[in-house]
Amino acid sequence: MLAFSPTPASALPSAPQGDAGGGPGAAPFVKLDGVSLSYGGPEGLKALSNTHMAIEKGRFVAVVGPSGCGKSSLMKLVTGLLPPTEGSISVGGAKVAGPLKIVGMAFQNPTLLPWRPLLSNVMLPLEIVQPHRTRLRAHKAEYLRKARDLLETVGLGEFEDKFPWMLSGGMQQRANLCRSLIHDPDLLMLDEPFGALDAFTREELWGVLQEVWMERRFTCILVTHDLREAAFLADTIYVMSARPGTIIAKHEVDLPRPRTVDSTFEPRFVDLVHTIRSQIAQVRNEAKQAAKAKAS
Amino acid sequence: MSPNSRRNMERLAPWVVTIGLLLIWQAVVMVFQIEPFVMPAPTAIFEAFLQYRDSILIHAWHTMVSTLLGFVLGIVVGLLLGIFIGSSRLVYAGLYPVLIGFNSVPKVAMVPVLVLWLGIGQPTAVATAFLLCFFPIAVNVATGLATVEPELEDVLRSLGASRTDILLKVGLPRAMPYFFASLKVAITLAFVGAVISETLASNDGIGYLMIQASSQFRVPLMFAGLAVIAAMGVVTYLFFAVIERRMTGWAVRGQNLAPGGGG
Repeated sequence: MLAFSPTPASALPSAPQGDAGGGPGAAPFVKLDGVSLSYGGPEGLKALSNTHMAIEKGRFVAVVGPSGCGKSSLMKLVTGLLPPTEGSISVGGAKVAGPLKIVGMAFQNPTLLPWRPLLSNVMLPLEIVQPHRTRLRAHKAEYLRKARDLLETVGLGEFEDKFPWMLSGGMQQRANLCRSLIHDPDLLMLDEPFGALDAFTREELWGVLQEVWMERRFTCILVTHDLREAAFLADTIYVMSARPGTIIAKHEVDLPRPRTVDSTFEPRFVDLVHTIRSQIAQVRNEAKQAAKAKAS
Repeated sequence: MSPNSRRNMERLAPWVVTIGLLLIWQAVVMVFQIEPFVMPAPTAIFEAFLQYRDSILIHAWHTMVSTLLGFVLGIVVGLLLGIFIGSSRLVYAGLYPVLIGFNSVPKVAMVPVLVLWLGIGQPTAVATAFLLCFFPIAVNVATGLATVEPELEDVLRSLGASRTDILLKVGLPRAMPYFFASLKVAITLAFVGAVISETLASNDGIGYLMIQASSQFRVPLMFAGLAVIAAMGVVTYLFFAVIERRMTGWAVRGQNLAPGGGG
């Protein structure tokens, strides 16, 4: 299945792929330093407060927390779509000052373009990101092969001519994943990508994502409220508190890869999920108490 | 009922309804013996049409040309204006009230002003048609641009897409179904505009013909004029409906679209 023809990635003048990216001690690839975010100015609604994160290159990180804890705001901050109110963010050693140029992103809503067949949907980033944008026309065949290989990897090889609305939600989400990876991003941001799928499809796609990640080892930040999903996929899990969100715990997941659905029933996996669950339950309770105290 | 015969019924329905209405009309006129100068029977209207066929067709052609010229202007201006409004919050906020206000003015009231500027005749008819038809186009295109999913915009911006990129790759294709839907509305409005202007200030066109017929109490001729306008409206509407289906089949979720088409 994983028949990635040796894509001439080295020939592409894109950033180097994450082979042995950062050993322990290397400078983190993504770094958040005391980051806060308030919507509507410093006095406004506080979504995120004093958040510190350090993510090494090539790591798979999951961020979990109760709903409304600013997980999605975190995504927008790291990709530079929103400026932080306080603190600083750096990606790849450079301070984030505007939208990053080469991040892959995927959301719960697949947002494929309904007027394009699948293959052309997947190739959309190539029409925008440099240097692919200028090379696309002259090296069409090479890019087409790359897109087809990627579709093949996620099991959509036969569907490249289909329009998105002809496919199931799970298939659309696979294509969405392909679209976020086609330009070999160094950083992949996933915001509840499998949230709208049924349990079986979701578990299937965990496997697909893990496979692609193990193949390519990009840095990945996954925002989710599904603790099993986080434990299945991530190397590191950050647990966030209720609004205003901040990191309250960090768990290293040292389960061997590739993980399978069976490994989600192993005691270590179950224990980990259980621990995180009780942490989140605790912060939720505290938030409720605080709200009550405020109200009375 | 088999799906085939149902489709046949759907195809026949407009004819059945139209002919049925004409028959009822004819019957009412005959039964109640309504005078032709009050309400002529369809047969009388048809006779009038045959009798004045040449002059009706010349005037109809004139109206058609005015309408289409105004319509083309309306498409160009409406499309540009729609893109302008739809791609910037600020422009939207600033321009929308003005446009609403402008659109609330009855265009009949503007014809005298246009006559002052453009004189009596075709230019005024073209301008009135244009004024009536550009608004729905602009509003629809702006709506289409404004409905781009924010997530998709985030995805593109995080790839380094400029505003022009987003507009070309996503905004405009997304707005196309809205645009083509508005054309169907706009073409009928363009007819209204052209005919209004002709009735007030012109020596050509169906509108002028109707005023002339009215002053001479040739009521069947007036109705023949109305029928010709209606027929032209239906034909142009159908034309744009077909174009719409051709251009934006993806938005209709492929009833007629073969899987795997395009590509």
